[in-house]
Amino acid sequence: MADVNITVDGKKVTAPAGTLLIEACKSVGIEVPSFCYYPNLSLQGACRMCLVKVEKMPKLQTACTTVISEGMIAITDSDEVRQARKGMVELLLGNHPLDCPVCDAGGECELQDMTFSYGAAESKYMEPKNHKEEQQWSPVVYFDRPRCILCYRCVRVCGEGMDVWALGVQNRGVGSIIAPNKEDHLECEECGMCIDICPVGALTSGAYRYKTRPWEMNHVGTTCAHCADGCKTTLGVRRSETGMEIVRGDNRDKSGINGDFLCIKGRYAFDFANREDRFVQPLIRKDGQLAPSTWEEAFELIGKRFKEAREQHGGQAIGVVGSNRTTNEENYLLQKFARVVLQTNNIDHHRTADFPAFAAALRGKPESTASMRDVFNAPAILLIGNDPTEQHPLMAWQIRNNVRLHRAKLYVVNSRDIKLRRQATGFLRIPKGAEGRFAAFLNGDDSVAENLRPVAGTGADAGESRATTQTTPAGFRDQLRSEQNLIIIFGAEIRGGDIASVVKFGSGIAGAKFLYLADYANSRGAADMGLYPDLLPGYHPIADSGKFHQEWGGVPQTPGLTLPEMVDSARSGKLKALYVVGTNPVGRFDIDPFVFSQSFVVVQDMFLTETASLADVVLPAANAYEKSGTFTNTCGDLQLVKKAAEVSGSKSDFEMIVRIADAMGADVHKLVPFGRGTAADMGQSRGAQSGEADRHSVWLEAHGLEPKMSPFDPMAILDEIQRLVPGYEVSRMNLLAGNDQRTSLVGRASGAAQNPELIAPANDHLFSSGTLGRYSRTLNSVMENHDQQPAEF
Amino acid sequence: MADLVSHPDEVRVVSRRFGMGATNLDRYLELDGYKAVQKALGMGTDGIVNEVKNSGLRGRGGAGFSTGMKWSFVPKQASKPKYVLCNGDESEPGTCKDRLIFEHDPHAVIEGVVIAGLAVGSHTGYIYVRGEYRYLLDIMQKAIADAYVRGFLGKNIFGSGYDFDVYWHGGAGAYEVGEESALMESLEGKRGIPRIRPPFPAVVGLWGGPTVINNAETLASVPHIILGGAEWYASLGPPKNGGTRLFCLSGHLKRPGVYELPMGYNLRKMIFEVGGGIPDGRALKAVVPGGSSTPVLKSDEIDIAMDFDSVAKSGSMLGSGGVVVLDETTCMVKFALRTMKFYQHESCGWCIPCREGTDWLKKTLIRFHAGGGVNKDIDNMYYLSENMLGRTFCPLGDAAAMPTMAFIKKFRKEFEDHLDGKPCPFEKAGVVESVLA
Repeated sequence: MADVNITVDGKKVTAPAGTLLIEACKSVGIEVPSFCYYPNLSLQGACRMCLVKVEKMPKLQTACTTVISEGMIAITDSDEVRQARKGMVELLLGNHPLDCPVCDAGGECELQDMTFSYGAAESKYMEPKNHKEEQQWSPVVYFDRPRCILCYRCVRVCGEGMDVWALGVQNRGVGSIIAPNKEDHLECEECGMCIDICPVGALTSGAYRYKTRPWEMNHVGTTCAHCADGCKTTLGVRRSETGMEIVRGDNRDKSGINGDFLCIKGRYAFDFANREDRFVQPLIRKDGQLAPSTWEEAFELIGKRFKEAREQHGGQAIGVVGSNRTTNEENYLLQKFARVVLQTNNIDHHRTADFPAFAAALRGKPESTASMRDVFNAPAILLIGNDPTEQHPLMAWQIRNNVRLHRAKLYVVNSRDIKLRRQATGFLRIPKGAEGRFAAFLNGDDSVAENLRPVAGTGADAGESRATTQTTPAGFRDQLRSEQNLIIIFGAEIRGGDIASVVKFGSGIAGAKFLYLADYANSRGAADMGLYPDLLPGYHPIADSGKFHQEWGGVPQTPGLTLPEMVDSARSGKLKALYVVGTNPVGRFDIDPFVFSQSFVVVQDMFLTETASLADVVLPAANAYEKSGTFTNTCGDLQLVKKAAEVSGSKSDFEMIVRIADAMGADVHKLVPFGRGTAADMGQSRGAQSGEADRHSVWLEAHGLEPKMSPFDPMAILDEIQRLVPGYEVSRMNLLAGNDQRTSLVGRASGAAQNPELIAPANDHLFSSGTLGRYSRTLNSVMENHDQQPAEF
Repeated sequence: MADLVSHPDEVRVVSRRFGMGATNLDRYLELDGYKAVQKALGMGTDGIVNEVKNSGLRGRGGAGFSTGMKWSFVPKQASKPKYVLCNGDESEPGTCKDRLIFEHDPHAVIEGVVIAGLAVGSHTGYIYVRGEYRYLLDIMQKAIADAYVRGFLGKNIFGSGYDFDVYWHGGAGAYEVGEESALMESLEGKRGIPRIRPPFPAVVGLWGGPTVINNAETLASVPHIILGGAEWYASLGPPKNGGTRLFCLSGHLKRPGVYELPMGYNLRKMIFEVGGGIPDGRALKAVVPGGSSTPVLKSDEIDIAMDFDSVAKSGSMLGSGGVVVLDETTCMVKFALRTMKFYQHESCGWCIPCREGTDWLKKTLIRFHAGGGVNKDIDNMYYLSENMLGRTFCPLGDAAAMPTMAFIKKFRKEFEDHLDGKPCPFEKAGVVESVLA
């Protein structure tokens, strides 16, 4: 759009036509205060804080609703304007309870800030304030009416942003009140966006309220540990008896790929860390019972038994199972440890999507994966399978708001009436399980078209007739072909060769990009880092291990066992040792626990899960909020994980792997290339309780100058990852400064269709999150969590 | 139903058919009913708009904007349907004129709506009647139904090939909905809160379509302009203030009632001759000239012509034509309180200054009137009103602030007489009536 020139407080400002005056002012550093104005939400003009003088207008104008026009002259700082602002604050404070000393928002309150900026310290009123009792709307949402200033941000973010529409306004005049959808309580997605966006302390969080004063917390920006979307979250931590406790999760500075957004899991479900049934001491099975031991005893035993297994039976007698929720550094280290120290390729993880096939299909197109940011800006999106609202809340937010704000076209192909259908330009219902057939159809196989019609009278909404664009598959495909810069997002229903069909179809569309949906925080990272029996990091086939072979001094040359094969091997007594890091295969895959009675089983976890409880040694692990490293989200956005909390007694998986290698007598220097640098830094120092990124250390680290004197420093292995794993050559400086960095998916795997039957989508919903979700009281407390059966054990 | 009043100075245009049984369609036709719309059908859109423009007709709702001008803002071509809205949400205290029109001459409103539709190329009209006027809604419903039966509404009206539908809609009891954009929200089934403007209704109005919205009296005047001609109508009032106006005389008068007088009629004459003066020989204290939202005039300020421009010059507003007369027995603090109770009750609550300001003014005035006032209250109330004036989302805040400021400025002495724990000097035997209701 053409630029428009205006003058604000004597400053020349140029901004695109259509810009709001308040934004134009902001662009040159002139702050116009507001409560109700919020970027990307509809305009209200209700709080009247942004009143400014616009020349030729008799009255003061609201800068939030005034669109700039050529030659406009505005004054944002004059006696008249200042008095108007002061007057508004005075009126707000009149009925405000001024209970700042106990208010959660005290110190982080926009009303406090405005009062500080514009005065209104003198009380002009003598009458009693209007009062209403505080209400609990859900286990996580509380509403304190007297503090509410009626800016309607919560109403809009719930409706416009979340498409939930659970909040509204009742009554009128001074009796106006924000009301929940179920009269006295809320039934919604419990995302807490209303709390986050509240400029005052009217909406407060059940998890956080009355726990602390904001200035008593440290704030650590890290990445959410739950789904594969990779929201940035700022954890507020406080010193506790056992270390550092997380008391709050939010995206405080609105930075990162998620901007404003967090869902219930990111905002509240950090509470698993403080469960009383979390074990914080190594346990060794003695006389059939798991009994507490010392770390030394545990490592010594593990080292001895692993070494025996390797020396007496060879590496093929040892199995390793990695996690979707450990960092890239840990995953990389784990598979390197397996291949180099245990001398086995028997390594696998819970595969929630078929990334090897995806990488293979994208061969030669390393830049054609879409980032989370792209999803907000693409002109058109095709979504096949999955239900992002439940499984990928941020993805759903990005899609929904792209449609709302940019008029993007959304095409949905699903067997169910998923919520995003409301935003869809086109919706094609296909029979359950027909996603693969649809992929073939997209790629021109018309013979399957007949099989894409849903069977009449089936499905969740059988009998319901809704008049929407119910096109034929062929018409739908034609419409897609006419799009440009289409992002094709698909769930794990599509795997193996079907992925190639989707990619082939997309290749016929100019600028098309692809996005594959996996389930957990580092599912993509686990795949990228090579937690596969037949693939090395970066999807290098074992047979093509040249670089790694050289670097690591030897890689076993035959592909190892998959997880089910390891189980079979254990059943036949061949698997002598099993090393399980941060995962629960026995529970998840319903494995007969007696299978492992002849194997020496070591489990690193927080809780005595089905797997941990049958182990010979259980090591208390730190979770993703208690360690440092990186996560790769399902889109391939690489983000920093920073240590925020600490529970004394636990160790990071990284440290435990190194300690086990050491106990086996392995050369730790070869495993973790530490020791470069100038000064000693014993222990894992990075990020711990140091608050937001320390710019000095960011610079040092980015230039490879920081000590890395400890073998427990994940940064040491990040060097190796960046050097050896294709697609991970990102800017260290940007990454360490807390920005998301794009990795590229460099397709190398030749066998595209290797074991697609091993893909087991977790099918978590908004209120479940695998094992972690099972241990989150908050997730289990909300009434919307109807699913009595946790999705994963 | 109220008795009709009359006075020889009246010039009956809009009230011509009052009391003549014109709710009956046949009777209405005998009294030149539906002739204007048939004439308008042959005038073309520009013809109608120009005729209304030249008549000097200005909005009778209170703002006094030129009706013809308003119509001319509606784009000729529009991708969405255009609408005509009759604003019959008459709620301004002291105003009761639209009520008489609906009661005595509902077809004139319908006719006005259709002519407005012809003028802007709309095929749909809505008549929005105030919720409290439930009994008038019955009359309106019947009138619309009768017009449909005769083919005056619906497809091919009067055999002209032009289709025009008229619907009625009852309000739910909100003064705020008299504000045009809030009325549209209400009509769309939402909470009655005003919209951000621009865009103005003429461009983006009801359901996003270009919309003409006029007061019922304005629309009821239109058929007379079409039949009598712009020149005749304009000549009834002073320049730029064409025609006549229904003045609602209430308060301390011998003959209160609704009188149709030419624009520019002298206020003093209106009170003392048309309204018969103050009963029982008491003296005049003040006049609210145009509904409760207009600043009060003192007894020595009433030698003015009652047209939009002259009243504005005197520091008040012609408003909706509700002339409230107060004699010397009236306590101005109590009157200010009564006014503020209304605005506090009717504030929609959307914006801070109106929602909070009206409530604090009401609370302060209750205490003040009861003798609990302190000296700084007077300035505080003025300061509070100043902070509302011109800063609210819609004019309701101004409507509450303006009269309050005028009361304090012009009757400060009466406020001061309430200070220091003294009971209201106007209350009998020193007992202050409970005003908490």
